[in-house]
Amino acid sequence: MAATEQTIKQVNTLGSSDYKYGFSTEVDEIRPPKGLNEEIIKFISAQKDEPEWMLEWRLNAFKVFNKLPKPQWAKLNIPEIDYQDCYYYSIPKSLKDKPKSLDEIDPEILKTYEKLGIPLKEQKMLSGIAVDAVFDSVSVATTYKKQLSDLGIVFCSISEAVKTYPELVKKYLGSVIPVSDHSFAALNSAVFTDGSFIYIPEGVRCPVELSTYFRINAMNTGQFERTLIIADKDSYVSYLEGCTAPMRDENQLHAANVELVALDNAEIKYSTVQNWYPGDKEGKGGIYNFVTKRGACRGKNSKISWTQVETGSAITWKYPSCILQGDNSKGEFYSVAITNNMQQADTGTKMIHIGKNTSSKIISKGISAGKANNTYRGLVNILSKAKNARNFTQCDSLLIGNQCGAHTVPYIESSNSDSMVEHEATTSKINEDQLFYCQQRGLNSEDAVGLIVNGFCKEVLQHLPMEFAVEAQKLVAISLEGSVG
Amino acid sequence: MLEIKNLHVSIEEKKIIKGLDLSINKGEVHALMGPNGSGKSTLSYVLSGKDKYEINDGTIDYNGKNLLELDVDERANEGLFLAFQYPMEIPGVQTSFFLKTAINSKRKYLGQSEMDALEFAKLMKSKAEELNISTEMLKRDLNVNYSGGEKKKQEILQMSMLSPKMAILDETDSGLDIDALRIVSEGVNKLRNSDNSFLVITHYQRLLNYIKPDFVHIIADGKIVKSGDYSLALELEEKGYEEISQTA
Repeated sequence: MAATEQTIKQVNTLGSSDYKYGFSTEVDEIRPPKGLNEEIIKFISAQKDEPEWMLEWRLNAFKVFNKLPKPQWAKLNIPEIDYQDCYYYSIPKSLKDKPKSLDEIDPEILKTYEKLGIPLKEQKMLSGIAVDAVFDSVSVATTYKKQLSDLGIVFCSISEAVKTYPELVKKYLGSVIPVSDHSFAALNSAVFTDGSFIYIPEGVRCPVELSTYFRINAMNTGQFERTLIIADKDSYVSYLEGCTAPMRDENQLHAANVELVALDNAEIKYSTVQNWYPGDKEGKGGIYNFVTKRGACRGKNSKISWTQVETGSAITWKYPSCILQGDNSKGEFYSVAITNNMQQADTGTKMIHIGKNTSSKIISKGISAGKANNTYRGLVNILSKAKNARNFTQCDSLLIGNQCGAHTVPYIESSNSDSMVEHEATTSKINEDQLFYCQQRGLNSEDAVGLIVNGFCKEVLQHLPMEFAVEAQKLVAISLEGSVG
Repeated sequence: MLEIKNLHVSIEEKKIIKGLDLSINKGEVHALMGPNGSGKSTLSYVLSGKDKYEINDGTIDYNGKNLLELDVDERANEGLFLAFQYPMEIPGVQTSFFLKTAINSKRKYLGQSEMDALEFAKLMKSKAEELNISTEMLKRDLNVNYSGGEKKKQEILQMSMLSPKMAILDETDSGLDIDALRIVSEGVNKLRNSDNSFLVITHYQRLLNYIKPDFVHIIADGKIVKSGDYSLALELEEKGYEEISQTA
């Protein structure tokens, strides 16, 4: 049997039972009834003890949401979503009274994170990484808080920030992604539950990786993550998020809004390893991942770099973008998107050049297997004031088997004659002879595919923080051999 | 070591190998010579297990095992090595990483623990020096932007690091200049011992000046038409394939 054929067969026979994060945790939950209405929004806000201004902001967003149609541009087959048939809030009862220390947290929840390889107990903490863990709608624990606060760095859940740092939240929340941007953004603004808040003060270089681990546990529950990162003048931060969910037959919604703001000379590096449950091989179940991520390079010489490894979710709809306002600011987007079986991904970026001498770089690697469809969609927009702007885009697609699809949809708009925009794109099939060569050197067919695909993604993976690069390489291989992603 | 009996192979209905017999014992070096299209490369692919070739008849015994029942990687891990005529480029995969992966795949198959980083680095360095391969080259992506000669040297490096029991060299001499030919041959000669065997496939007698075979076989139209010792290669050089095949 041809090696590729064999691999495809393997991928097909191994069901999604190989999704090793597919377990669920038994915990008592606090959960209002299904449905989306003002009462639910008031309930969420009250549960979180939010100030009045926050509730008003949410209610306004809900009004906007009701007026906006669902975005239609993506090459995705998105089933009609019944927003009334979904829970918008779910937290383990034991977390209601905000445990003061890890000893007060339900051991079942701590066990969940240990199983996921994210120990929250201090003595087992990952060295050099501060973690915020979000379980359904609530932040469980944030590690390394004390060490960070000595430097003036704020790293806490967004719920806590609303109460403790209202001025910063008021100033920046919704300033990068307007509530009215599109309906998913408005929905998130109305019902967002938890996520991380980071503020790096002027002149501080954050000494550790900051990281959030998102876990969806409860059934029929949407997760509406909201993250806000502000890097003040001359500061630096590197942030990583990871995501998993149990295997369930019904689809679950994850609609996140992530906003980044970089002031003069500041740099934000944002990495994602997204491994939500992708559904089974017939396409049953899985997470609908509708994510709006946008960074504003507000200050001169600022830089925002997005790196994403997208292997999970039934549907991925995601365009981490950069608004390059400050002169000499830089935006980067490095992406690996793997789709297998019936997964669909429509992902890419927008680079909006506004300031002078702004530059952007886009490296996208799409891998499709099974019957999956994978689209790169990107916009490079150079406004007339963006003198001397530069962009380089490279989109490579790799196909495994003959039932999958790869699509590249780049938009380039330039209103300025000094700017330079380059676009390179390739599409290739995994090469039979390369596989044979690797196997002749003793690698089995799965390892051979993993090796070749990792080679194909190398330019992107090397931008991940070191601690995660190895994990990501394994994930890339697993996604294809065991049809996880 | 290797016992091929009455082998018949076709590809897409076309018969390529038509009743080939060949027996290679431990410690022997056999040279297989023949004109284009005679079935030389097909034999190397059939032995290493490439698909698309249909085995119509015959048996291949490899150290007491039915070779045809083993997967490509099993054959490799059982010590069968093919030095490719056209080695593949693998972008994004560092040469040293590839070597390490190959060595550890074999160790895993044999139930051994992974080679530790230091031991591996030492082994790679000493073997690379023997072949005049720079450490800079080992950092580059496997075979990407290598010259023809560099690719062939890389094959021999992989061979010497994996120290196979049965090595097949498929036209390793093609594309090599005289210096590279000497270095590659020395690499092969260093590896020769009483426990391993080589099948050297070539068009030209030149390579056999450097790698002295114990036996020389001439293949024509899918069959071995004449076998002999080293002198047969010299005779071939003088008379050409056509005459030798006819006198057979």
